[in-house]
Amino acid sequence: MKDLAERGRFGDYGGRYVPESLVAACAEVEDAFREARSDPGFRERLGTLLALHVGRPTPLTPAPRLSAELGVTLLLKREDLTHTGSHKINNVLGQALLATRMGRTRLIAETGAGMHGVAVATGAALLGLRATVFMGERDVERQALNVFRMRMLGAEVVPVGVGSRTLKDATSEAMRHWVGATGEAYYCVGSVIGPTPYPWMVREFQRVIGDEARGQCAEALASAVPDYVVACVGGGSNAAGTFAGFVDTAARLVGVEAEGGAGASRGRLGVLHGFRSLFLQDEHGQISEAHSIAAGLDYPGVGPEHAYLRDLGRARYVTVSDEEVVAAAVRLARTEGIVPALESAHAIAWVIRAAGAGELPPGATVLITLSGRGDKDMSTLKELV
Amino acid sequence: MSLEKRLRDRGRKLLMPYVTGGITDDWTGYLRSFAAAGADAIELGLPFSDPTLDGATIQEASDAALARGATVHGILAEIEGLDLDVPLVASTYYNLVLRDGTSAFCAALRQAGVAGLIVPDLPLEEAGELADAAAAAGVDLVLLASPSTPPPRLYEIARRSRGFVYAVSRMGTTGERAALAESAGALAERIKQVGDRPVLLGFGISTPEQAVEAARRADGVVVGAAIMRRILDGAGPDDVGAYVTTLRRALDQESDERR
Repeated sequence: MKDLAERGRFGDYGGRYVPESLVAACAEVEDAFREARSDPGFRERLGTLLALHVGRPTPLTPAPRLSAELGVTLLLKREDLTHTGSHKINNVLGQALLATRMGRTRLIAETGAGMHGVAVATGAALLGLRATVFMGERDVERQALNVFRMRMLGAEVVPVGVGSRTLKDATSEAMRHWVGATGEAYYCVGSVIGPTPYPWMVREFQRVIGDEARGQCAEALASAVPDYVVACVGGGSNAAGTFAGFVDTAARLVGVEAEGGAGASRGRLGVLHGFRSLFLQDEHGQISEAHSIAAGLDYPGVGPEHAYLRDLGRARYVTVSDEEVVAAAVRLARTEGIVPALESAHAIAWVIRAAGAGELPPGATVLITLSGRGDKDMSTLKELV
Repeated sequence: MSLEKRLRDRGRKLLMPYVTGGITDDWTGYLRSFAAAGADAIELGLPFSDPTLDGATIQEASDAALARGATVHGILAEIEGLDLDVPLVASTYYNLVLRDGTSAFCAALRQAGVAGLIVPDLPLEEAGELADAAAAAGVDLVLLASPSTPPPRLYEIARRSRGFVYAVSRMGTTGERAALAESAGALAERIKQVGDRPVLLGFGISTPEQAVEAARRADGVVVGAAIMRRILDGAGPDDVGAYVTTLRRALDQESDERR
């Protein structure tokens, strides 16, 4: 498939719908990224950080007990084992290096569950940058530990008290802040959303997940490529990175959304936060609030490439309920000794359901990206398990 | 008559006050009071849930209007047949335009008597479809320029903007500020050098002094957050009209003195 991402368009989706004041800043980021990605020095530096600081490559772990129960062969791509505990760090280190290359001294970011914020705080500390992280007040309450963690790392956390006080509003506020600070600050977007070049650039920084998994599957599976590749989707960065490694294979790609945050499954065409894609909205065109037990999936839209893959029929997007997610997290914990993030548990939940319903043929091979670990969700799970 | 001609025919420094549609039950009273106070055009905000270029005041106004149940079509229905003698320029975010589709949206504006349209999250490169639809409906699509806009692009914006060019005075969001940004005057002059459309400066203009200072180098000013702050604090059409009058007088007095 031709890569449309480089041109900033994914069919009818993508683009750069930003205020005029941000056009030059976005263009500057795009130019810098184009230069950096073809610079062996940049790639080597990023590769070294990913190996020595993040602990890449992450393993591909078989899940024999759960596989036996479900009658399929599961392989888990272990982004939960990265430093800081989620895939977010892959993208952040790429962008933080880019920011230093551009001479910026501060990172701006939005965060939902706090995992991107923690990764940004970490990347900033590692490279000697300052960091300002915008986080909805509701998420500040839900994820108090991550707030402390960001502050411990030296980042400034700014609670956002407008609108639904979650990720959507934190993103708006980060953009507003960036308009007034483009000279010294770099906006480090955390998912495959935002204006060009972010959806493309973030996918490129996350494709390490899919590229590694492709090689690891080739060793682990007689068929070399799994029958199914499954990942959770909020904005969709871990899925985009995973899918990038398999989009040119016969593997069936499945993105699993939260029932209350299903941009790809239930969104309508719209524009928000600088890009054209599918968004949850009411009949009047006002953006709806997303609701999910997993704060990281509380986003009313989906990255433009996912909207495009959906239209093409190349990837399929499905939803699972909060109850299925909690049950899946518990089941993975008790069969494999791995407590997944509630976001990642969405992917497990769909596989459990699809295997039970006979939708996955017996013996099917399934790659699941475990985007993060469940430590941050202990207080939520404690109430439910 | 085109929006640009209507503005030029005023023959004075232009004043475009802003109001968020649907902000109160009797919000159209603000339109009347603005017209009576000497507005040359009125910017009518169609509230959006996620106004990413607006500061705290307009965000609060948008939320308040939406909480009251304001909708694009409800607002347009209320202004249809108002028979104001100043042109209305709608402003909103692109998601609300896409909700109807560009053609239907522009047709609805035209039907309601709206002369122009400002969409702050729609830069030049993305504006083609809406520009065509607006032109077909007889609505002038106003483009925005910013202090960070480089010269060749500024020329293109001045060329493709209709009605006037909206000059964003500062690198930031809407809202009241203590002083007019340094970048304001320089931007207005840069735009005037590359085109001959009227240039209105907006963002951070709230006092008569700031309006006068801005209008020295631009053809006029837009005042938004300062008005919405007063309305959110409970000021009715007469009170806000009196404030617009002070802006009008300051602009006229300055013009007289310079003659």
